Amino acid sequence: MISKGKTDQVTINLDGKEVEVPAGMNLVDAVALHGKEIPHYCYHPQLSVAGNCRMCLIEMGTPMRDRGTGESILDEDGSPKIGWVPKPVIGCATNVSPGMHVKTESEMVTGCREGIMEFLLVNHPLDCPICDQAGECRLQEFATDYGRGYSRYKERKNVKPKRTRLGPRVTLDDERCILCSRCIRFSQEVAKDDVLGFVDRGSFSTLTCFPGKELANNYSLNTVDICPVGALTSTDFRFKMRVWFLKETLSICPESSAGCNTLVSSREGQIHRITPRRNDAVNDSWMTDSGRALYKLIESDDRLKFPLVDQEKSSLEDALNASLSLLRGKSVGIVGSCKSTVEEQYLLNRLAKEAKAKKYLRGHFGEDDGILLSADRTPNLRGALITGFASSYPTEHLSSLAQALKKNQLETLIVVGEDLIESKVDAELLSGVQIIYLGTHENVTSTLAQVVIPTLTSFEKSGSFVNRGFFLQGFQQAVPGPAGLLPEVSVFSRLINDLNGEGELSSDLNSIWKMMARSSTSPLKGLSVSDFKKDGIQLDGSKWADLPFVEQKALHYEAVAEPKRG
Amino acid sequence: MKLTKETLQKIDDVIPRYPDKRSAVLMVIHLIQDELGSISDETCEWIAEKLDLQPINVKELITFYPMLRETPWGKTHIRVCRTLPCALRGSYATCQKLEKKLGVKEGHVREDGEYSIEFMECLADCGEGPVVMVGEETFENIDEKQAEKLADQMLKGKLEKSADFVSYEKGLLSDSPSKAKKSSSKTKK
Amino acid sequence: MTAKNSPKERRIILKHADDPNYSNRLGCYLREGGYEMLKKALKMKPEEIGAEVLKSGVRGRGGAGFPAGMKWKFLDRKSGKPIYLICNADESEPGTFKDRQIMYKDPHQLIEGMMIAAYAIQAKLAFIYIRAEFFEGARILERAIAEAKEKGFCGEKILGSDYSCDLVVHRGAGAYICGEETGLIESLEGKRPNPRIKPPFFPAVLGLYQCPTIVNNVETLCNVKHIIEMGGDEFAKIGKPNNTGTRIWCVSGQVKKPGYYEFECGALTLGEMIFDVCGGLLPGRSLKAVIPGGSSAKILRADERFVGKHKDGTDFDWGIEDVPLDFDGPMAAGSMSGSGGIIVMDDTVDIVEAMANINAFYAHESCGQCTPCREGCLWMKKITTRMCDGDAREEDPDMLLSIANQIEGRTICAFGEAAAWPTQSFIAKFRDEFVQKAKHSKRSKNSLQLI
Repeated sequence: MISKGKTDQVTINLDGKEVEVPAGMNLVDAVALHGKEIPHYCYHPQLSVAGNCRMCLIEMGTPMRDRGTGESILDEDGSPKIGWVPKPVIGCATNVSPGMHVKTESEMVTGCREGIMEFLLVNHPLDCPICDQAGECRLQEFATDYGRGYSRYKERKNVKPKRTRLGPRVTLDDERCILCSRCIRFSQEVAKDDVLGFVDRGSFSTLTCFPGKELANNYSLNTVDICPVGALTSTDFRFKMRVWFLKETLSICPESSAGCNTLVSSREGQIHRITPRRNDAVNDSWMTDSGRALYKLIESDDRLKFPLVDQEKSSLEDALNASLSLLRGKSVGIVGSCKSTVEEQYLLNRLAKEAKAKKYLRGHFGEDDGILLSADRTPNLRGALITGFASSYPTEHLSSLAQALKKNQLETLIVVGEDLIESKVDAELLSGVQIIYLGTHENVTSTLAQVVIPTLTSFEKSGSFVNRGFFLQGFQQAVPGPAGLLPEVSVFSRLINDLNGEGELSSDLNSIWKMMARSSTSPLKGLSVSDFKKDGIQLDGSKWADLPFVEQKALHYEAVAEPKRG
Repeated sequence: MKLTKETLQKIDDVIPRYPDKRSAVLMVIHLIQDELGSISDETCEWIAEKLDLQPINVKELITFYPMLRETPWGKTHIRVCRTLPCALRGSYATCQKLEKKLGVKEGHVREDGEYSIEFMECLADCGEGPVVMVGEETFENIDEKQAEKLADQMLKGKLEKSADFVSYEKGLLSDSPSKAKKSSSKTKK
Repeated sequence: MTAKNSPKERRIILKHADDPNYSNRLGCYLREGGYEMLKKALKMKPEEIGAEVLKSGVRGRGGAGFPAGMKWKFLDRKSGKPIYLICNADESEPGTFKDRQIMYKDPHQLIEGMMIAAYAIQAKLAFIYIRAEFFEGARILERAIAEAKEKGFCGEKILGSDYSCDLVVHRGAGAYICGEETGLIESLEGKRPNPRIKPPFFPAVLGLYQCPTIVNNVETLCNVKHIIEMGGDEFAKIGKPNNTGTRIWCVSGQVKKPGYYEFECGALTLGEMIFDVCGGLLPGRSLKAVIPGGSSAKILRADERFVGKHKDGTDFDWGIEDVPLDFDGPMAAGSMSGSGGIIVMDDTVDIVEAMANINAFYAHESCGQCTPCREGCLWMKKITTRMCDGDAREEDPDMLLSIANQIEGRTICAFGEAAAWPTQSFIAKFRDEFVQKAKHSKRSKNSLQLI
């Protein structure tokens, strides 16, 4: 496991050089900190150590001490004599200690790696041309870097079940499996769903589920990510695209307030898969299966692709002008969204001030699974709190909006991404109101709206979310949205500029942040985009500590208060 | 899957002997296999429930250990040792002779379910090899000729009371001829 | 008939094993003074017993030969966790059949030895892990334990003292790897018997249920009783320095009188064992090779000379008959005494077939956890089997040696060495036969089929 405290450092001798590494760290991680690689298969920083692949074998020695006195024994030149362990040791199970000497490049180590590599390939099928893992396969990589380079095996290979269905989303090819047991340890330790195991023994050991059971939990695809070879593959991604054609974009999963760090892989404007990105403070190396499937929403049938005015196809310019005429001089209500980015919520708040509008917000809630699917099914509820769009914890219904409509207090509603009917606002209440709907997909409210301005999914724009731990995390645009559409920040800034006639606001994220960071009381004080572009930043959420957050204790998250549904 | 009251009682008796329930799994499997002959998937699930485990945890064990079976052996199960010390004294010929006489190949059950032969690893009686186990009894010095005789007696149902073949277990205390031979030729303090 | 001046056995452990007037019931054991040592031990302090065992210098008789007293010293007594004692009665090393004799014929000796050891390490619970093929053995032990419990020799408040320790018989299910101490612990925990990585899982610190555990062989634990009886110093006088006590040697293979024999360490040489005690080879045969310590030990060639210096500086120059039978003798000759299973091969044996038999054993028994053993053992088996099926190739001996070298030292447990050493030594010493095989592949008519 990685030790988090940077304060305790220990000096070890790595291939002749003295280097500093955090105390308690294992050699595989320690050596990686200094730009060297110890190849490994079964070791994973967030799983227990198995030590069975034997690929990380290295030479290790510790300073010798006199058995009786405990004094260090010295060499001729006065440096401590090193007792080299005669057999190689595995780096993943060896923790650093002061004065330890490590050799990652030596004849013995080279011999070990060539040997282990050869053994791994002995019963491995020649599947590279049809295997999805090609291009990101650790067997390929380490064979190239550390293997012997030619095969000496001239016997028959073992035959095992191929392309079996391990679960609804995972395909298993037992011949490719190198029996590293990462998937089993993951299922037991992280997903807490003990369904995988090895049957038979020796070289005939085979990974399987109990007959009748499946690897069907909401974290099954993580086993595909951590499988170092092409044994476990994603059925959805099977045969779709060679990985070296994929462009990878850093993103954040919008499924819930867990805020899993993701990698969106796309080619020529089409997303082919989503995989988790490692973040030791938020999601380790995992994400939910349901979160991965969200990219399919881009192409779904009910996607809004062009602006509508009075339910007729229109240009964005016309839609914006129509919206302005519905806003000027009218009593306005704005229904914001917890799924909007921080920048969008900030601008929406400014728009609300500009139009002297009343603000409404609802939450989306579900069951907390205690791992990475939190009870709050929106990625940025806290963004709404921080930007000031909301000051109390939203409920599942827009009852105060329904009240306001009953009393005929509002003439125009800007609705961002919510379906009012679902939020317990009766359709009849909407008959006397003009609706400007901004959203990605069609719903009942959008069919009732006078102006529909389609927006972009989180894959098609850049922005940031604040997760349940008050972590501010940014994401990048992966693919372009439908032609002719602009991101919400452009729409909101355009509306604000036209309403106040000043034309000051720009939709550029940097300038938006300059404005947000100006506030002396906001947790965003002094921040700029580059601060959180790659890694998230912890914000101070103490101001909202008393709010009834619904999230339960989960991975890297301690529940703030007694979970109460508002 | 039905178990007798005795077996169920034995299972309930053996589990609390261990500090952790899971440790009892091998003993429970043995008790069930002694009665039913094999452990089916249904039985795996029953055992898993009994010991708060997942069925895969039980299946992993059944398939790992050669003595735990998913399909039963024959009524009379013969084990022949094939490891080096017994092989040096002719256990391969023994196995082939038994295969011929009993009409079943090693690793298989005869069609009528009566006999099965298993070519096992070292049975830990190498000094008296070749070693052949019939059921739970260990017969020693079964070379090819003896194997023929053994099979004959087995087929005739006379092995139980045979004077020619006294198993190691039976020979422990009796005044059997093979026992007497051993005692006279050893130098003892 | 045995020669007049052939070495005499000294039966300490197997004293009553072949006595026709001795049964495995409690009555006989008590009649011969049984459980008196347990009474004596309970009056001593646990540390005192440990000190006696350490003084005696008794080494483990399961194969590793590690001093038992030292193993007990490594036990973590300060963790606050319960301590466990496990008797390794898995006896699966090919060529070994001594523990069978003890358990079937004199089980109470084992029970007494275990209770003394348990008291010495203050164990909370003791287990006997017995291999499943010993059907009757397990029953005999259960019955013996019941008898002992009735008289207060084990279980609650042993012999009226404050010390309680129950004894549980646990049956294995036919896996050789369960003889490895951490594999045994995993099996006892109800999991697949995959050995654990050491460090950090040394049984003395993190053993059964992650609690301090001592795993000892049957014969070693029986010796504990005798150490208490005669005292550690007296025991240390038996045998030779660093090779104390008696050992039960199990001779098998092509000798006239194979069987189990208990001798003082170093009391006889390999030649005396084979040609005097065991009556020599079968008529008309000559000695080809001997494996001195179970199939995992390196093979000794009959016409080899073993030359070197002992630790104390004295020289030695031995033929195979001169190798002394203790712990250090076979080790000096480049092999090991292991579990004491001496396998004798004569000139009718096709060495390649013998190698194929051994490789098949290891390939079958490999647990499959770590890469080199899992793939390497099966690869070696495939090569040697192919060689015996008539398709031997010139590059085979070098290939086998290379594979074995790639397994040794790279595995989680000693099974890797156990699988690699036979191949390395067979090829090193009998390369000519392997090379010959490539030229004349077919099995010769009068050679014994071993695979």
